[in-house]
Amino acid sequence: MAEIADDGGSKKGGKKGPKKNSTKVDMTPMVDLGFLLITFFMLTTTMSKPKTMELNMPDKSQEDVKQDVKASQTITVILGKDDAVYWFHGTATETKEKDALAKTDFSASGIRKVILDKTKEIGYDQDKKMYKIIIVIKSAETAKYKNVVDILDEMHITGSKRYAIVGLDDTEKELIKKYEI
Amino acid sequence: MPKVKVKRHGVSLDMTAMCDVAFLLLTFFILTTKFKPNEAMAVDTPTSISQLPIPESDLITISIGKNGGIFFGVDAQPVRETILKKIAAEKGFSLNAKQIQNFKLIDSFGLPIAALPGYLNLEGPEMAKVEQQGIPCDSLVNELSTWVIQARYANPKVRIAIKGDKETDAKVVSKVIATLQDQNVNRFNLITGLEAKPSSL
Repeated sequence: MAEIADDGGSKKGGKKGPKKNSTKVDMTPMVDLGFLLITFFMLTTTMSKPKTMELNMPDKSQEDVKQDVKASQTITVILGKDDAVYWFHGTATETKEKDALAKTDFSASGIRKVILDKTKEIGYDQDKKMYKIIIVIKSAETAKYKNVVDILDEMHITGSKRYAIVGLDDTEKELIKKYEI
Repeated sequence: MPKVKVKRHGVSLDMTAMCDVAFLLLTFFILTTKFKPNEAMAVDTPTSISQLPIPESDLITISIGKNGGIFFGVDAQPVRETILKKIAAEKGFSLNAKQIQNFKLIDSFGLPIAALPGYLNLEGPEMAKVEQQGIPCDSLVNELSTWVIQARYANPKVRIAIKGDKETDAKVVSKVIATLQDQNVNRFNLITGLEAKPSSL
């Protein structure tokens, strides 16, 4: 190891030249310091940079852009309390009559499967080159922001291009009342 | 026969190489590290599969805390100053140089405009002690709207990012989105953490 040469050692040989001091320096403390600082920076650094998700909302000022959609092509997803997801196909009034509101969750076999199945069921529009399905996302008062991000994520995962975030109306509030007390 | 004396080696190693590696790594970490900005409130963002990076500049961040408090932050300091001066002129109060300087240094805040001058009078450590309740954003008093309008005047290129906590009620977020939509801002970014994309598809 690098050692600091001590002066007393150059007695042998008896030569009287300039003392040759070793240029070696003990590096151990420096290495210690280096690793200490590395540890500090490794622990404080945040490697995962936050990402963003783009969200486009319709322009409120342009009323004429609003288009009517066929109820048969619409799936309404309602976000509820404790990560619950409710969904129905068609109109809320019809669903109420038939008592057809279904409850599911955010797992892979939950809402994702529902959306994928319904996408296939409703079919593909050859003219517009897209699936006919339209997903309407509504969040109840009790839903968390995480649920909103999760459902938007599901839209990306399932490749659904046509979706909208809309407020809950009274019929739907009554519909989910059964599940949420 | 004389005994062969085993020469004793010191157990010492040459540390130079190790030292080199240590400092190389150290340099790497120093350069890549980015300290967390001093936020008025910790926000635990939800995760998504989205891979888009956050825009580097021209960004307004609207943070929403766990309890629903709304915080507002602009990235560029000159813009902060312009906004504050505009707001002060609009609301009819005056600020001294120290208050403006203080405001330029805050990354985000969540106080009603009326409480702002008092807050800006405080020194650094005292500022951190103030409990910030959030910017009012109701149909009656919508100060968030005022801040966003002024920020957009000050920098028309600005993009708006919403940084909500996982546990925030969705209705607070929709209230913020509705406020933005009233100003015809229909494109914004939701800040999320990274999550692996499900492979089974």
